[in-house]
Amino acid sequence: MMTLFGHPLNTASHWTFFVSILPLIFKGLIITVEATILGFLVALGLGLIFALLRRVPVRAVSWPTVFVIEFVRDTPLLVQLYFLYFVLPVYGVRMPAFITGLLALGIQYSAYTSEVYRAGLDAVDRGQWEASKALNLSTVRTYRDVVIPQAIPRVIPAMGNYLVSMIKDTPVLSAVTVLEMLSMAQMIGDRVFRYFVPLTTVGLFFLIVTLFASALVRFLERVLPKQGIPLK
Amino acid sequence: MSWSELFIHLLGGLQVTAIITAASTVFGAICAFAGGIGKLSPIRAVRWLAAAYVEIFRGTSLLVQLFWLFFALPFLGVRLSPMGAGILGLSLNIGAYGAEVVRGAIVAVDEGQYEAAKALNFTGRQTLWRIVLPQAIVEMMPTFGNLAIQNLKDSSLVSLITLTDLTFTADNLRNETLQTIPIFTLTLFIYFGLALILAGFMRWLEAKTERMAGRVKAS
Repeated sequence: MMTLFGHPLNTASHWTFFVSILPLIFKGLIITVEATILGFLVALGLGLIFALLRRVPVRAVSWPTVFVIEFVRDTPLLVQLYFLYFVLPVYGVRMPAFITGLLALGIQYSAYTSEVYRAGLDAVDRGQWEASKALNLSTVRTYRDVVIPQAIPRVIPAMGNYLVSMIKDTPVLSAVTVLEMLSMAQMIGDRVFRYFVPLTTVGLFFLIVTLFASALVRFLERVLPKQGIPLK
Repeated sequence: MSWSELFIHLLGGLQVTAIITAASTVFGAICAFAGGIGKLSPIRAVRWLAAAYVEIFRGTSLLVQLFWLFFALPFLGVRLSPMGAGILGLSLNIGAYGAEVVRGAIVAVDEGQYEAAKALNFTGRQTLWRIVLPQAIVEMMPTFGNLAIQNLKDSSLVSLITLTDLTFTADNLRNETLQTIPIFTLTLFIYFGLALILAGFMRWLEAKTERMAGRVKAS
């Protein structure tokens, strides 16, 4: 019997094949989930930096930021990934493919999350800013105690949708040898020359994961207090 | 090779990217209307079929769909060319996202319009094609513009099922010349340029549908 990473691949029937590859697909799923969560943290951080830079009232800062956001948003993730993967080593920056992959995911999605932050901050009523000014609060305190707490409930559902969409983009990392679910299925297929069961299984796993994640986002949307969340 | 020589080489892959993007945007729009109208059908089986289509293609990854069409489908006796699998995969995927837009826009059409159509004795089909859709299309166009750009970006994934598009050509050129910085910088800017052109075209189309629906934006 053929094996992959020490796991036997039982191709006697579709059903036995499906059962025998489950442990391997699970391994891929863990990499997929890790890449998504870490990539999303990068997107949340970088997106916030972009959103704030865009609000700087100096054009020499805000205009280049707008250009970078547009450029990142309008070019393919795969090409950005290749760029990082092949160009960074030229400058002596070497890192595992997994790290390059989650950085690429994070950078692409930071263009999206920066828009979410912007919309969330803009949606806070102007009166709140005026009231903070009247109460003589500093800019930092206005952001921290007044604006951001009100922006969070508006921002979280949109962020959740991008998280779900990032899960579906992780298979792109297979192009630079990251062993996530899809490349795992591909390796299984290459081993026994049967692609139908592994690829269908991966499709099914994605469906379950995204349905679960979307349900979680909708749940969060419902339970979040609409009037705001204090940062304490 | 100089930057301009590399640019000329990259343009060789542009044709496939352009064909794939154009074809899958058009077929994707057809899928979107079929799926979106199907989800509102009075026939339950059609509604379920449309809902299953949308859920499956939105719930799984595009690259998994492309691999499935290219590597798994032959085991069911259907063998597609790389070009066929690429266009089919991209169309079905972007169509599923578009279907939600179509459905949303149709539902958003004022109820009075349906009542007026009924009062004027329009059939269901006439109401849909002559009253509802012309108004709904105007609402869909801005989101369709975003989806078209999304589709252009997604088209780069066909390089992974052996199609010699722009991304594939870039990666090939990297293998031959190892001039990674100019190659990928140029490739990113070509995609950016294509996205700007496509965005301009979609805005033109948006203005055209507004005129056709008898609406001119007050500016």
